Amino acid sequence: MFAHIVWLVLRKDFTIEVRSLEIAYTTLFFAISCVLVFAFALVQEGRAPEGGAAGILWIAIAFSGTLALGRTFERERQAETLRALLLAPAARPAVYVGKLLGIVVLLLAAELVLVPLVALLFQAALFAHPIWLALILLTGTIGFAAVGTLFAAMLVRARSRDVLLPVLLYPITVPVIIAGVRATGALVAPEFDAGVLRVWLALLVCFDVVFLTLALWTFEPLMTD
Amino acid sequence: MPKSFIPAALVCGLMFAMAPILIANAPYESTMGLVQKIFYVHLPSAWMFLLGAIIGGIASVRYLFRGDPRQDRLAWAAAELVVLFGAITLVTGPLWARKAWGVWWQWDVRLTASLMGWMVAVAYMLLRKFGGPGSDKLAAGLALFGMANVPFVYISVNYWRTIHPTTNVVPTLPTSFGVPLWFSAATFLLLFMLLLRMRIRLEEQRARVDALYLSMDA
Repeated sequence: MFAHIVWLVLRKDFTIEVRSLEIAYTTLFFAISCVLVFAFALVQEGRAPEGGAAGILWIAIAFSGTLALGRTFERERQAETLRALLLAPAARPAVYVGKLLGIVVLLLAAELVLVPLVALLFQAALFAHPIWLALILLTGTIGFAAVGTLFAAMLVRARSRDVLLPVLLYPITVPVIIAGVRATGALVAPEFDAGVLRVWLALLVCFDVVFLTLALWTFEPLMTD
Repeated sequence: MPKSFIPAALVCGLMFAMAPILIANAPYESTMGLVQKIFYVHLPSAWMFLLGAIIGGIASVRYLFRGDPRQDRLAWAAAELVVLFGAITLVTGPLWARKAWGVWWQWDVRLTASLMGWMVAVAYMLLRKFGGPGSDKLAAGLALFGMANVPFVYISVNYWRTIHPTTNVVPTLPTSFGVPLWFSAATFLLLFMLLLRMRIRLEEQRARVDALYLSMDA
């Protein structure tokens, strides 16, 4: 039953998104412009700053993720569809997980373009260990989106939600960003150190578990009027 | 005379009494000298910072699941104190660090986690001020995530090799350092409780005025 509701929410979001591709296109274009701005600012005389790639990749993910979160729930607000979704006889945590999966898939799709772009512009060996990279991106994205989905859903009713989403989201997700940057940094470092990478990856998994537990626990009372 | 005058005067007196003890009685630390005395302000305010985050988190959980407005007022008051004591901690820390480590700030795990905890409290205040109606629940959710940060701040120094002194320092202090520290911690706790009580009272009176306005309209 739980999995079925998750699937229904996910499928609904995808059906709407596939018709216009509005959020996918805007998020992707924003992420690319973000990386390009960094390239213009930091790459001088054809040389990228050393060790900058990991940070720039995660900043682009965090910025475009905030944009995608805002847009996804703005769409639910316009026609009061979020209220309809919450009125449906479905477990609230299942609705949350469905929304979360939609955001994670969207961000992973954006990362498919972002990672080669960053690797190209900043001459970073991001593809040297593809499986490790995939694990870092997946755990980091889940951690960021777990908090982001909860806050974006709650902010739907608040005033000045566009400003408040990044204001609330960044201080809380900073641990995830730090762990993601450090893990990616260890991956592209000249001498690859699996031990360092494993520590940061374990920390990422740890944050995912804490954030997901807190979000699943509080989604129901937070979304009740 | 306001109700809180006598407790406020008492806390004031104790904090004034603390100063000569710190300046004259507590011995000079052998390597750091006078700067070490910042520790008597830094550590108690850091404790109050974490205590405020814990109180705010627990009150928020209770508000979320039971809907008792008193818990909401407690959480708000605690969040303001987190901002206050966090600011004291984050100002006194670098003053000490400049002398002890030679730098104002280090991106050490505990320092980063404390800064983030403080920023969550500031975000909480922004949300309460500009969030409009319905932001009380959202703020409660935020306070909960802020509380999740507290154990991280506390254990970080013992698990990572950082340059911040570990939590094992306090129990091993000699009496000459320990007595001023505990005296200072006690006065900070009293100050914390007094400010919390006054802040809740203010919020209670505000809620009463709102209720009176509403009953006038009816």
